[in-house]
Amino acid sequence: MSDSGVSMVEVFDGIAAVLLVLGALMSTVAGIGLFRFPDQLSRMHAGTKPQVLGLLLMLLALAFAWRAWVWVPVLVLAWVLQMLTAPVSAHLVGRAGYRTKHLKKEYLFVDELADVVASHDDAGKPAASAPDRRTVPREDPTDHGGRD
Amino acid sequence: MTVLEWAGVVCLVLLGVGALAAIYRIVRGPSILDRAIATDVLLIVISSALCVDMAVHHHTDNIVFVVVASVIGFVGSVTLSRFVAESRKEPSEHV
Repeated sequence: MSDSGVSMVEVFDGIAAVLLVLGALMSTVAGIGLFRFPDQLSRMHAGTKPQVLGLLLMLLALAFAWRAWVWVPVLVLAWVLQMLTAPVSAHLVGRAGYRTKHLKKEYLFVDELADVVASHDDAGKPAASAPDRRTVPREDPTDHGGRD
Repeated sequence: MTVLEWAGVVCLVLLGVGALAAIYRIVRGPSILDRAIATDVLLIVISSALCVDMAVHHHTDNIVFVVVASVIGFVGSVTLSRFVAESRKEPSEHV
């Protein structure tokens, strides 16, 4: 192919190898996050890394390894299905976790859903005496307001 | 060994670490939603391993499973979270 000693096949295989390792690294990161993070919401944050970015890297690696346009629509379909379903399932799992109180409030800086929950009664009507519990964001020691 | 085979070995180690940590979280819990999240991660690890196998050995046998696995994970976690939210309904504690 080329006279420089490196053919296009080797270049594409090298790209595929790098993408495979990066995609596998996403799964490792998710595992470490599941292992170490303290409550359910932060574990969700870690667990969704490989679902979108990790799978994208894996499918790109497959495209570079196969080098066949016939399979590209199938790979796109796999990723689009994942992109459509991952936010919905994450939303529902997060909502179920909030309702069953599986989160640690002390890790939250602001809880905007608490106002909505408090302003309605169990039947879904606006509550008669809704306490304005508009939560003030907690002080973030790492936020310097844009200044050093 | 070719470049892709070396990458396969490295991916085996990385995916193994991820799968072991996900299994640890499935065993330890503490809630069923944590187990649902960890099961999703385990499913992704398995389909990533299938992708690695297909890339290293240049075959397309398992791509159907990779497509179907995303939908299966979706159905599983949605069903489970609906079930949890309905079964533990309790009266509001707010005023």
